[in-house]
Amino acid sequence: MITLIVFLPLLAAIIAGFGNRALGNTLAKSVTTGALSIACALSWPIFLGFLSGTMEASVVQVLPWVQSGTLTFDWSLRVDTLTAVMLVVVTTVSALVHLYSWGYMDEDPDQPRFFAYLSLFTFAMLMLVTANNLVQMFFGWEGVGLASYLLIGFWFRKPSANAAAIKAFVVNRVGDLGFMLGIFGTYLVFQTTSIPEILEAAPAMSGATIGFLGYRVATMDVLCILLFIGAMGKSAQLGLHTWLPDAMEGPTPVSALIHAATMVTAGVFMVCRLSPMFETAPVALDFVTFIGAATCIFAATVGTTQWDIKRVIAYSTCSQLGYMFFAAGVGAYGAAMFHLFTHAFFKALLFLGAGSVIHAMHHEQDMRYYGALRKEIPFTFWAMLAGTLAITGVGVYHLGVGFAGFWSKDAILEVAYARGTDLGNFAFWMGTFAALLTSFYSWRLMFLTFWGKPRWADSEHIQHAVHHGHDEPEEHNPAIQEDAGHDVTHTVPSPNYSAGTGGYHPHESPISMLIPLGVLSLGAVLAGQLFAPAFLDSAAFWNGSIFYNEPLIHAMHAVPTLVKYAAFIVMVLGLAAAYLAYIKDTSLPARGAEQLGPVYRFFYNKWYFDELYRMLFIIPAFAFGKAFWRFVDKGMIDRFGPDGAAWIVTKGSAAAKRVQTGYVYSYALVMLLGLVAAITWVLF
Amino acid sequence: MDYTASLYATGAEIGLSIAGLILLLVSAWTGTRYARLVTILAAAALFGAMIFSGHLMAESTAELTGDAFGGLFRADAFAGFAKILIYAATIACLVVTPKFFDARRQYRSEYPVLMLFGAVGMGMMVSAVDLLTLYIGLELSSLASYVLASFARDDMRSSEAGLKYFILGALASGILLYGMSLVYGFAGSTNYLAIRIAFADGFGTGAMFGVVFVLAGLAFKVSAVPFHMWTPDVYEGAPTPVTAFFASAPKVAAVVVLARMALDPFAGQIASWQQIVIFAALASIVVGALGAIGQNSLKRVLAYSSINNVGFILIGLAAASAAGASAMLVYLAIYVPMTIGSFAALLMLRDEDGNALETFDDIAGLVTRRPAIAWSLLLLMFSLAGIPPLFGFWGKFVVFQAAVEADMIALAAIGIAASVIGAFYYLKFVKVMFFDDRTERGIATSPAGHWAVLILAAVIVSPLGYLLTQPLGAWADRAATSLFIPV
Repeated sequence: MITLIVFLPLLAAIIAGFGNRALGNTLAKSVTTGALSIACALSWPIFLGFLSGTMEASVVQVLPWVQSGTLTFDWSLRVDTLTAVMLVVVTTVSALVHLYSWGYMDEDPDQPRFFAYLSLFTFAMLMLVTANNLVQMFFGWEGVGLASYLLIGFWFRKPSANAAAIKAFVVNRVGDLGFMLGIFGTYLVFQTTSIPEILEAAPAMSGATIGFLGYRVATMDVLCILLFIGAMGKSAQLGLHTWLPDAMEGPTPVSALIHAATMVTAGVFMVCRLSPMFETAPVALDFVTFIGAATCIFAATVGTTQWDIKRVIAYSTCSQLGYMFFAAGVGAYGAAMFHLFTHAFFKALLFLGAGSVIHAMHHEQDMRYYGALRKEIPFTFWAMLAGTLAITGVGVYHLGVGFAGFWSKDAILEVAYARGTDLGNFAFWMGTFAALLTSFYSWRLMFLTFWGKPRWADSEHIQHAVHHGHDEPEEHNPAIQEDAGHDVTHTVPSPNYSAGTGGYHPHESPISMLIPLGVLSLGAVLAGQLFAPAFLDSAAFWNGSIFYNEPLIHAMHAVPTLVKYAAFIVMVLGLAAAYLAYIKDTSLPARGAEQLGPVYRFFYNKWYFDELYRMLFIIPAFAFGKAFWRFVDKGMIDRFGPDGAAWIVTKGSAAAKRVQTGYVYSYALVMLLGLVAAITWVLF
Repeated sequence: MDYTASLYATGAEIGLSIAGLILLLVSAWTGTRYARLVTILAAAALFGAMIFSGHLMAESTAELTGDAFGGLFRADAFAGFAKILIYAATIACLVVTPKFFDARRQYRSEYPVLMLFGAVGMGMMVSAVDLLTLYIGLELSSLASYVLASFARDDMRSSEAGLKYFILGALASGILLYGMSLVYGFAGSTNYLAIRIAFADGFGTGAMFGVVFVLAGLAFKVSAVPFHMWTPDVYEGAPTPVTAFFASAPKVAAVVVLARMALDPFAGQIASWQQIVIFAALASIVVGALGAIGQNSLKRVLAYSSINNVGFILIGLAAASAAGASAMLVYLAIYVPMTIGSFAALLMLRDEDGNALETFDDIAGLVTRRPAIAWSLLLLMFSLAGIPPLFGFWGKFVVFQAAVEADMIALAAIGIAASVIGAFYYLKFVKVMFFDDRTERGIATSPAGHWAVLILAAVIVSPLGYLLTQPLGAWADRAATSLFIPV
């Protein structure tokens, strides 16, 4: 069964990818979506089986892969609780995104390719989560990276999409280098790449030291930090996060699937999968906690200032991933996985909802040109509202009810507090403040988009739609093609050509896009409520698939009531602030930005990370490259290699030509000179 | 060896001489009317001589019964191998000749007769085991060559080529003859075996002068550096079929004579000539490669290519072993079809007025106009460059292998490195033919004889040639072994 789940998407990807145009849009879409639906339908029983305790962890051998000396590993599929959680997340979101893309990508000329990539991504992700050894995990790791690259750059005629794809790939390579070194080191230390064997042997290794860069350092710390660097790249943690916002150049369903629900959580999954190993590495765990908390607050601050609806959600994702990491860092892997699980639903929902808004607003992504969409696209509004309630963690502890985010985020904050260490407290405060900002930027997004007055008229996209209609393909923005000719009804300029709307009428998305929104809304509302006991409090549920810290969980439940309400309080504060600034007094944000000038600009420019990297790495790298090219390649290798040889040959051939005068006497002279030289040589 | 056996051993040369004399009489009486017929008969005679040589080689009675005519002539397998190549090359050159001169109405029946006498002389050279036989044979073939070089009398360049060849050839002959007289003076005999015995225990300065002079004289014939200067001018000036002939048959004869000279009479003094041969080999490879690069004339490029190839052959000689001699023969056997094929392709490149296309500019974009010629030339050029799947690689491989086995690794390494330079202009052919914009000069259709020679050569140098490695290697080994007879 698991084999079917993993390989159906691959099969679909191959059929749709190689069939491509020959297959036709509908068939390609049906094959991929059908395969994913089957995979999804098969995954839920597995998950429910683990939930009810009727399933046991198992490993399915597929093929032997490498057998070389002591290095042996197979293609095999491991199914345990952790995998089962990921299976439902991946297949469910993927299936819904496939379905959503029917509507969203309806007008795109390259649909089979898009769906093939989506299925390929799903396959790679499933390989990653079912990996029983680090090498197969790396295979999946790189596979999702590749699919992500292909999908971010899906509209390859758009230079910014290409740049974003390359950026994502390159930044991920940095992380992957760490991951690779981690794998090599792990093999060096444990003589195996099999995850269960490593985890079994790990506790014995704690305290061992290894020479690294001239220092004696704890072996496990080094290995875990290296592995975590891989996770940082994939999960866009502070330092290696720069690719994620740019990745929003990809089609929105891709952002929902890859850059919100699944791929970016691979790092969290990996840390949880290797949690017994990380538990033996206290320094590494502190590092994870710190990075997680820092990312959490960093991304939240940036998120409050962005105008692009997708970028806001992207930074929000980054921030939520920070939560997951510091949860793992303080030892609450169950909480981390739970947040991963709930986040997958509400973040995918937010992205798909944003996609629906963008679809409605004719590819305008700037929230400054939104407003008052509540009445125009009501279904999307309600779905987005569910998502926002979930992400901001609305719920009341004493009533025991709340949206998905309430359960998982509160658990994380509580466990960080309960940890009691300085770093745990740091993470708690950062997390709490980030929750305030989360609430602020999420409601800001909602208010700007759905409340207030229409501000559509100034949008170039909208003007374009109104004045030119949709019939002509628009060249400056290939993304628009997907929507061309979609809705003739609102191309007629309204007689009421008033300031706000610009004569534009947004339209609700087609049913194929609304179904996923509905399903995910359900998840966003209920996932926390339903599964919190299992994920957070049940060692039996996890059944050894992650490191389960029983005392920590008890401590978590025993934190002061104020801590339990902290998230709720800051959520209300954030909501109030957003209400004040974007409903009550809309001039407030501008004035605030002016007053807090430097701080605002600092946030708005994403803490100048891109500029910093540009200065620290890109410019020196280019300079290095240029210097090497000019002085080493041109100046030495070429000069003394090919160019030099060519120079000698040219000179030599010129000399040979010069000697070849055409005069008989000079030929005879050369002959005689040669003769004399030969005799001289022989004589002496 | 009695007279009957001696006559039998020299049968090929005697038969060719008689045929040559008869055909000379025929052409004297009939003028140019039967030139075509004379050519066919000459080719037939050569074919017969080739069969006879092959027969002799298969029998190889010489090793058992000694030399013909009291130590003047030896029909051993070494000579037999060379003769087969020489006669075959001559036949191929005869096949492509008449149509070339037809265009200018210059063809005369003396031409095949001269070729016949040249072949006779070369046959004598390679079989000679006496300095006098060698000199007679060499002069016979040289005189025929001088006339052939200037055969297109109306063409200034052809006359110039003939004159240059003659003057420098005379100088080389003088050097050779002087060397022979010195050798005779110090050894007391002109017979190879006697010379070897006389020089077995070392020799004085005078004898050394003699050896160097003899080798220099022969080096002129193989056009090894620094005695190569005539080659580009003569090859360019001579009519193209004659150039094809010069580049093939006389080169085989001269290389074989040089090898026999170095490894038979002078075998006791390897150290004294080995350094010279190594220098000549490397210098030929380098000059042959460098000289060709600046050229625009295709014939000059091929002339330098032949100098370059001689350098590789001399590496086999420098090894001074049976393996080296065998490698030389294998190389020659591959070199002959490569070079004749290349010249045949050149012969086919003529415009409608019969003017030859002789420069790189003329063959630009040839593949779009005459794809078959272009592809054949591609095979030939890659083969000349020694690029692996083609047969030319095998020749270079055995030569370098012989050098390495003789502990001359540095020589082999330098040779391989220098062959890279040579690859440049072979590839230039391909680049110009396949990637440059075509010129608008028309190309006339080619006669069947040219096609036959070109296609045959292309097939031999193509990877199909490797089917020949087994028999070719076996024959070359046998020929090389026969060279090393004990005193």
